[in-house]
Amino acid sequence: MTQTQPIGQRPPILRMQMVDKTFNGSVAALRRMNLTVNEGDFISLLGPSGCGKSTALRLIAGLMQPTAGRIIWEDGGAGDNLGVVFQEPTLMPWATVARNVALPFKLRGQPYRAVKDRVEEVLALVGLERFGEAYPRELSGGMKMRVSIARALVTRPRLILMDEPFAALDEITRQKLNNDLLDLKTKMGSTVIFVTHSVFESVFLSDRILIMAPRPGRVVREITVDAPYPRDLTFRTSMDYAAHARTASDALMAAMGGELLEEEVPT
Amino acid sequence: MITTESGTNMRRPADAAPMIDADEARRARRKRIEAVAQWLLPLVVLALTIWGWDRLVKVNDIPHYILPAPGRVVETLIADWGTLSVSLWVTLKITLMALAAAVIGGVGLAILFAQSRFAEMSLFPYAVILQVTPIISIAPLIFIYVDSKLVALLICAWVVAFFPILSSTTTGLKSADHNLTDLFSIYRASRWQRLIHLQLPSALPYFLNGLRIGGGLSLIGAVVAEYVAGTGGIGSGLAFRILEASYRLNIPRMFAGLLLIAALGVAIYGATSLISWLALRKWHESAVKRDG
Repeated sequence: MTQTQPIGQRPPILRMQMVDKTFNGSVAALRRMNLTVNEGDFISLLGPSGCGKSTALRLIAGLMQPTAGRIIWEDGGAGDNLGVVFQEPTLMPWATVARNVALPFKLRGQPYRAVKDRVEEVLALVGLERFGEAYPRELSGGMKMRVSIARALVTRPRLILMDEPFAALDEITRQKLNNDLLDLKTKMGSTVIFVTHSVFESVFLSDRILIMAPRPGRVVREITVDAPYPRDLTFRTSMDYAAHARTASDALMAAMGGELLEEEVPT
Repeated sequence: MITTESGTNMRRPADAAPMIDADEARRARRKRIEAVAQWLLPLVVLALTIWGWDRLVKVNDIPHYILPAPGRVVETLIADWGTLSVSLWVTLKITLMALAAAVIGGVGLAILFAQSRFAEMSLFPYAVILQVTPIISIAPLIFIYVDSKLVALLICAWVVAFFPILSSTTTGLKSADHNLTDLFSIYRASRWQRLIHLQLPSALPYFLNGLRIGGGLSLIGAVVAEYVAGTGGIGSGLAFRILEASYRLNIPRMFAGLLLIAALGVAIYGATSLISWLALRKWHESAVKRDG
């Protein structure tokens, strides 16, 4: 088990400095975004749709370039060791689960037999050790998402980007995966940026929540959730959790200029 | 199969469990009957048609040079098998060679189009023009300019067969999942890796669909070209035999030749469907049987 340092003492791995992203010359998807990602952070980008949270993720992933500002990797690299989980499982339907998980290695030119052990290890970690030879279509939605997570973890990436990964799943599967994700994060000491529009998910999972507002997309507030990991059902029902959810919810409401969505009101 | 949910449970309340069993049993029985009927009914229709045809000829005493009875067609098929089988082989050979060339040409061009938008812009309109111009109007010119009759036949069959393969494979290469495409970018995949590990597998179901259509079309192309080449051509394919038999008013042999062409068409369709099923059965929805 890797012990994660307190937030203030973690070494930074990535900085976004005054990053702007404009589409078609006029639509400001993101304005003056500053973000320092430290090793071991679990950061949630929380906001309504259109607030630029997915744009921020795509910029970090290098899928697009900022219109202004800089994205700096502390190791001087260009972010070539990333893990990514999309909202859909995004698996290759023609390949078995094991081959899907081995994809990042394959694209680095490493043959399957050289990485077989690592693939099996990660599959066991997400609870799919018996499904290596199954095809994605034989799996349920939650299991497919586990494969997707296994693929993101397999190279032991410096940073894992997750873009609303559980939004399409039912509530029960979603909670189970949230618990398992925290387990994995605690075991591996991973650094995660997690995009979500659920207050509860962000409070349960992360130690840093960035509240984002739309038009133009920007970060309006950062909330620190200092409850220690591992977190479980006790945390989910604690006063501490409720208080953080209230704070995040209020901040989100303020960010949206008062138009709070009903489902976001904590009870 | 891991998913166990079944849509049928939703309709009745939980306390009506035995009713569901009866319902399930009824559905299962119906399914079994349908499976048998799927094979049996076409066979019954075939038997009735042949019987009706035979009756029609016998009752009206139609002479065999107007309409031969089915029995006579079969007799001719057996009696002339020596000549007809050679012709069958020739037509089959031309069809398969043209189909192979269409696969190489169609897939090759599709890959070129996927790599270069400009190549697609430049060439695709001409592929369309080639496709929409009826082969029967191009064929005479091909036979004038190409010395070898075999090559001319091949070109005709190729022109007809390659377009569906090109067009469906082009669509397939572009249809790779957007998120997977992004993932390949994030993992710094090369153009080659992207083609081999993402675009070609994504295009496979589309290509196989094009192959199935192209297989039938290459037979049509081969037969049409042979008709255009006429009796002055290399004169050994099935279409030539039919043409020759028609000049001699040998109607039973025309029917026998027709029967063989139809059987060949069915065989090619069956073979390409089998290839498609074998290639996709593990993963593609189109080839997977749903249970429940």
